[in-house]
Amino acid sequence: MRSLTEEETKVVFEKLANYIGRNITFLIDNKEDPHVFRLQKDRVYYVNEKIAKYATAIARQNLMSLGICFGKFTKTGKFRLHITSLEYISKYAKYKIWIKQNGEMPYLYGNNVLKAHIGKMSDDIPEHAGVVIFNMNDIPLGFGVSAKSTIDTRNLQPNGIVAFRQADIGEYLRDEDTLFT
Amino acid sequence: MGVNRSKRKQKDPLPIEEFHSKKLKSEKKELEQNGIKETKQTKETKAKITKDEKPKKSDKKDNKSKKSKKSKKSKKIEESEDVFPDDLPEVDLDELASARKTLFDDDDDEDNLEGEELNDEFDLEGNGSVGSDFDSEQEQDQDQPIFSDDDEYDSDDIEKLNVKNIELFSNKLDQEKAEEDADAEEELLEGNTVQSRAKILPTEQEEEALSKGPKDVTISRTRLIEITKVLEDFKNLAEEGRSRTDYINRFVKDVCDYFNYTPFLAEKLFNLFSPTEALEFFEANEIARPVTIRTNTLKSRRRNLAQALVNKGVNLQPIGNWTKVGLQIFDSQVPIGATPEYLAGHYILQAASSFLPVMALDPQENERILDMAAAPGGKTTYISSMMKNTGVVFANDSNKARTKSLIANIHRLGCRNTIVCNHDAREFPKVIGGFDRVLLDAPCSGTGVISKDNSVKTSRTEKDFIDVPYLQKQLLLSAIDSVNANSETGGYIVYSTCSVTVDENEAVVNYALRKRPNVKLVETGLIIGKEGFTGYRGKHFNSSLKLTRRYYPHTYNVDGFYVAKFKKTAPSPHDTSKAGAKEKEAMIRADEELEESIIKDDFSKFEEEEDRKYIEKAVKISLRKKGINPKKVLNGKSSDK
Repeated sequence: MRSLTEEETKVVFEKLANYIGRNITFLIDNKEDPHVFRLQKDRVYYVNEKIAKYATAIARQNLMSLGICFGKFTKTGKFRLHITSLEYISKYAKYKIWIKQNGEMPYLYGNNVLKAHIGKMSDDIPEHAGVVIFNMNDIPLGFGVSAKSTIDTRNLQPNGIVAFRQADIGEYLRDEDTLFT
Repeated sequence: MGVNRSKRKQKDPLPIEEFHSKKLKSEKKELEQNGIKETKQTKETKAKITKDEKPKKSDKKDNKSKKSKKSKKSKKIEESEDVFPDDLPEVDLDELASARKTLFDDDDDEDNLEGEELNDEFDLEGNGSVGSDFDSEQEQDQDQPIFSDDDEYDSDDIEKLNVKNIELFSNKLDQEKAEEDADAEEELLEGNTVQSRAKILPTEQEEEALSKGPKDVTISRTRLIEITKVLEDFKNLAEEGRSRTDYINRFVKDVCDYFNYTPFLAEKLFNLFSPTEALEFFEANEIARPVTIRTNTLKSRRRNLAQALVNKGVNLQPIGNWTKVGLQIFDSQVPIGATPEYLAGHYILQAASSFLPVMALDPQENERILDMAAAPGGKTTYISSMMKNTGVVFANDSNKARTKSLIANIHRLGCRNTIVCNHDAREFPKVIGGFDRVLLDAPCSGTGVISKDNSVKTSRTEKDFIDVPYLQKQLLLSAIDSVNANSETGGYIVYSTCSVTVDENEAVVNYALRKRPNVKLVETGLIIGKEGFTGYRGKHFNSSLKLTRRYYPHTYNVDGFYVAKFKKTAPSPHDTSKAGAKEKEAMIRADEELEESIIKDDFSKFEEEEDRKYIEKAVKISLRKKGINPKKVLNGKSSDK
């Protein structure tokens, strides 16, 4: 376990900025409850500073997880956000899409968001921006990338794709074997 | 309708008992009658004569009382005091009362707990169907055969219900019930005064035939019931020339035949209980426990969750007034482990029994807590949510593959204060110590969860009951050594297993008390549960073991479970060393062995003053032998000085 290098930090923050924009400062500048990013194997964890210090007692090969896992570095050095980061991302999300009850299950099975399923969405979503998907009860279901800007979606067919799925909470069941270690 | 029926099916263990006594009665009668005809016993007791005289009458009454029971059962919702039929004196009423304190509440209690909307719905439906039940039974009782399933006609007559006839029928039923009760009591009095010594055990020839031929389970079952009856009142009911051991051996054999246990395990479990209780225990192991979920208070509240699930067509109820986060699921139209709420981490599927150790642990905010065997994370996440994501929870599991589900659950439920590690838990104070509280839900033989995992019945051998407790003892010592005795808020250790055997529970706790005099047992703070044993088959344990708690499937309708809570009062003498408990024990043993082989200084002391006299005397003698006058030499020496 170690803290991120400058380059790694840049890659992670660039990725996060897609979804939460400037709200990223809330993640790193929390005076009362300071949190830090830690790298363990190829995974990035976001964790309370105090807990990170306690975790130094555990040897590297025995430490399986700490705090909340944000994602992992691929072999090519890119950073990939995991569904486990949803808790923080949904809290600070810039662009949101709410889907209706009839779209919930298709989305949780790993499909993209169709126009027919949209309940409401933020007004100012540009094309290819990170969006967080909620259901109508404001439960975050996952995140993805917008396929069209909000204005363009207005004249889209009902079966047109509004947002491409990147992660959804159905992965907790589908990908349990690969998602965690 | 479905609401009520399914509730009744799952609720408390009572129906088993009712069922028993009912069966006992009718079967006994049959057996007796057959016995007279077939075996032609010379020894004729009064009982048989009287029974022979009025078999018809008693049969009729039996049916009647059954009927009354049935109607009472459906009335349960309205009048909870009528739960126990008074026509069953064989069953000890106190025992029944204690059995009734199940972990799962009756419908009445629900009223206080849950939102009114929910209840109104339940109650309305409940009353409606009850009324129609009475209605239909009433009308068709005369010509219908009594044993036919009443399911058929409830549904037809549901429409007939109205408020007026409910009252009318309930009055009518009360009257009828009173009459029936009187009848039944009369009958029972007659039955009680004359008891027979029926032949239950097979003779030697029969025994031989039994061991060869295919096994008839229905006979086994009947015999099981008969034997428990005899064992309860051995003096009066036992066949002459047969010892208690004969009966017990036969009982164990029948348990093996009927429930498919290995003889070893059957006997082990039988020894824990009284015969009647043992049979109940074995029967309860055949029935699945109710499905329960725990609300994740980090993300949702129970009321909101219940509302959301009810909207999805899930039929649920709060578990009981001992927990504020549990819900019991009766049936569901959607898979309960794959709803959006589940995936969003608003609840977790968790057995009611595994709430208990965490409630006993009672974690406080900002503490440092260790869960030594954490997977799959039900208890860890409960600890985390009780601490409201403050402090630190170390979740350890020795099995790397199982940490996956642990990490998944931790992330799904949004527990941010956890560190997951993969150590052998026996290494623990060496890895990190000084915790405020430690939870040890030890790996065990699983004799409490036979209903979940049937393979336990056959896979456990004698060796398991030596190896597993050995591991548990080491783990418990590690747990004790990992706790900071001077912690301001904590200093507690909770030990729990999902097993009911004494070897894995009381014996382990007793061992820890002996090895670590700086811990003591304290109240678990759980309102329910039976006291732990202070003695078992000639072994005597520390008297404080009655502060520990046992849970059985047949009394509380939860998995078999054991919980003990320790408080560490002072640092362990070995706490200066950072070694794990395993190494410490090895060190202590090595030291002891070393010490046994050498003579220490305190073996005998030299008393200089006393010895001087003897020394001087010896010197004089030796001088004299050499022909020297000792007085001259010694006095000369002393004068020199």
